Amino acid sequence: MIEFRDVYKNYGQNRALKGISFKAESGDILGFLGPNGAGKSTALNILTGYLSATAGEAYVDGISIFENPVEAKKRIGFLPELPPLYPDMKVGEYLSFVYDLKGCKLPRKQHIKEICEVVKIADVEGRLIKNLSKGYRQRVGIAQALIGNPKVLVFDEPTVGLDPKQIIEIRNLVKLLGKEHTIIISSHVLPEVQQVCSRVVVINEGSIVADEPIETLAEAVSGPRRLIAKICGPEAEVLKTLSAVSAIRSAEVIGKQDADSISYIIESDDRIDARKPLFSALAAKGFPLIGLEGVEMSLEDVFVRLVSKKEERTRGRERKAH
Amino acid sequence: MFAIYKRELKGYFIAPIGYLFTANFLAISGLLFSICTLQRQSESSVADYFRYLIYAFAILLPLLTMKSLSEERKTKSEQLLMTSPVSVGGMIVGKYLASLTVFAAVLACNSLNFLLLERYGDPNFRLIFSSLLCLFFIGALFLAIGIFFSSLTEDTLIAAIGSIDVIFVMLAVHFLSDISISWVKKAVDWISILARYEPFTYGILDITSIIYYVTVAAVFLFLAVRVYERRRWA
Repeated sequence: MIEFRDVYKNYGQNRALKGISFKAESGDILGFLGPNGAGKSTALNILTGYLSATAGEAYVDGISIFENPVEAKKRIGFLPELPPLYPDMKVGEYLSFVYDLKGCKLPRKQHIKEICEVVKIADVEGRLIKNLSKGYRQRVGIAQALIGNPKVLVFDEPTVGLDPKQIIEIRNLVKLLGKEHTIIISSHVLPEVQQVCSRVVVINEGSIVADEPIETLAEAVSGPRRLIAKICGPEAEVLKTLSAVSAIRSAEVIGKQDADSISYIIESDDRIDARKPLFSALAAKGFPLIGLEGVEMSLEDVFVRLVSKKEERTRGRERKAH
Repeated sequence: MFAIYKRELKGYFIAPIGYLFTANFLAISGLLFSICTLQRQSESSVADYFRYLIYAFAILLPLLTMKSLSEERKTKSEQLLMTSPVSVGGMIVGKYLASLTVFAAVLACNSLNFLLLERYGDPNFRLIFSSLLCLFFIGALFLAIGIFFSSLTEDTLIAAIGSIDVIFVMLAVHFLSDISISWVKKAVDWISILARYEPFTYGILDITSIIYYVTVAAVFLFLAVRVYERRRWA
């Protein structure tokens, strides 16, 4: 459905994309994961025909976006990072304009009404866009992408700047739309990609670091768990107690919080929850545990994990082949 | 393209710019008309009125086009237009035709002034009609220049000032025709917007001048398309 073949993009002397290739099949919800400035938006802007590539090929439903852009664009609905709205228009007027812009042939009123119901903006159809909240504006942006019922939907960071409730609503909406469309969603938020996507392409500094099913990402992030614990008691004895707990791989002091307690970073092995044995060991020695929190894995950690997992698998396959 | 034309045309009258343009155009034109014709009461002064109006166009028309592309670029709404199944050419022509429609409508309203002359004298309507036609094409050229400058920047003020400057330079070229070197005079007369207007002041519909205005307008629109294409590849 979507194919990128060895796409390069230079901005003057800077190389934003360094020959990226990936595919999304029909029905996929593909997560495009990477930190800010990784090249996600550039790749999506090329895919949707907003930018041209310096080299390479990009296809939508078998049609080249560079050779036949008008036909390719008919198959894509795009929500850029900033929804492309006209604040001086009413929601209904705006969607009607997009309907005309896309040369849509479906029955106008019914089509727009259905979309408004799916994205839950029917109640604001008569309101000026400039008077809408950010969450509603994002929904209107998604609604315009849905006009013409395109096979492919491309959402560039659709949840940035929204409040937690709105984020959950938009994620659920993307999952719902994924039943009928091929979706590419870019994000720099790891849990978002985990929750919504079926495949993930990880991009960093213009190169693809990993292109894996979501299960592989889940495996990668379920590696050693890290906890930050605030414990009262003498540092040396607490460390001795921690090192005696078999579930704990390592423990280090990260700083003194106040006169009594010291913060430690504790790392346990894959798939082992060290919280219970940690609590029991400290309780037995009489060292109060006054705080415990999990440390979320950074994107950089995930890149390293994914790449090492990939290498492990490649080595495994090579050994089997021998 | 028609969708963009329609939205742009509507946009002029959602925001105050359409009303301000119309009000200023009619006020300035009315003032010039009064000074050049009603107060002087001579036939030749109609041509003066049109000449002064061309200078007024140089300031008024860029106000109409300054937001056309620059505002879309600034607010990123151009991403919708450029990722929809419409060519860049279609987008630019749609916006250009919307500004041209507003200008033509106001010019048509403005023409009602000439009915006043009927009351006070014997106006040469052939001359008036040919001059108005020429002014329409000169306006069309200025609007194309405005669209081109609007494609260059996301700052509407720079777009307006840039187009006003270029239009004034194009008008000022006319003063070089006083130079006695014959080939310079010939070249200036060929490219000068004002020199090409002269036949119309005698009621002559000079097709070559109209073709000249249309061609130069097309060149500026083509340049605006190239600016967008270049940005896409940059």
